[in-house]
Amino acid sequence: MRQLFTALLSGLFFGSGLTISGMVDPTRVLGFLDILGDWDPTLAFVMAGGLSVYLPIYSVWIKPKQRTVFGDSCHIPVNTEIDAKLLAGAALFGFGWGLSGICPGPAITNLSGGQSGMIVFVITMLIGMITAKKFVK
Amino acid sequence: MDTNFLHAFLGGALIGTGAIILMLANGRIAGVSGIVSGAISSVKKSHLWRWGFILGLIFAPWLTTLVGFSLPTSLPTDNLTLAVAGLIVGVGTQIGAGCTSGHGICGIGRLSKRSIVATATFMSVAIVTVSIIRHFV
Repeated sequence: MRQLFTALLSGLFFGSGLTISGMVDPTRVLGFLDILGDWDPTLAFVMAGGLSVYLPIYSVWIKPKQRTVFGDSCHIPVNTEIDAKLLAGAALFGFGWGLSGICPGPAITNLSGGQSGMIVFVITMLIGMITAKKFVK
Repeated sequence: MDTNFLHAFLGGALIGTGAIILMLANGRIAGVSGIVSGAISSVKKSHLWRWGFILGLIFAPWLTTLVGFSLPTSLPTDNLTLAVAGLIVGVGTQIGAGCTSGHGICGIGRLSKRSIVATATFMSVAIVTVSIIRHFV
């Protein structure tokens, strides 16, 4: 129950940040990715803001202790190999992101807006995830 | 313009706060594609936190509306493009083990080489995609 509550709190912060930063607006995201056009560099500051909180706290607490504040162990990826799967997946994701200006976090956050296009995106995204999980090992 | 930069940075800091809460309290990486993909893979009590996070994302815009930040009311692309992009994003994030949040914020925040390479890859491909669509087609 505690884990459910803290995850809900985390999601509320995360979704609020996506909305306030402008990441939820695909028009803004495409403007950020369009470096040859009328480039809008603002969204680079979203990553700067995110890392300015995550990186120091992770380095000071999680990295040395490998424990949560409640003493449980952390689930941290152990794979360090840069393989073809990582590159192919990231490239595919980048292509879809460039086509639409939408990545998974903003897609889910936009669901409460009820726009048909966002619902379509989330449905096909889920189909893509399930399909890839089934066929790509 | 100036306030946009500020909102981007503050929003980013909120994203980072949400992400580090999930690590400090649940010991989990706040990667939206991974959380969603896990949530829909099977109904298990141990997956409950995933739904908490997802609900947080969905409810967050109702909080930000109170302080004047809302979801976009129009999208720059048609529904067919969104359907195709959603599918590609779903497959790509599954194969590449992450998206903008898991690789871009948490991964780089952990100084993971895999995530740094993945982020550079999807950013580059997204920029090339937008450039081709907007300036060369």
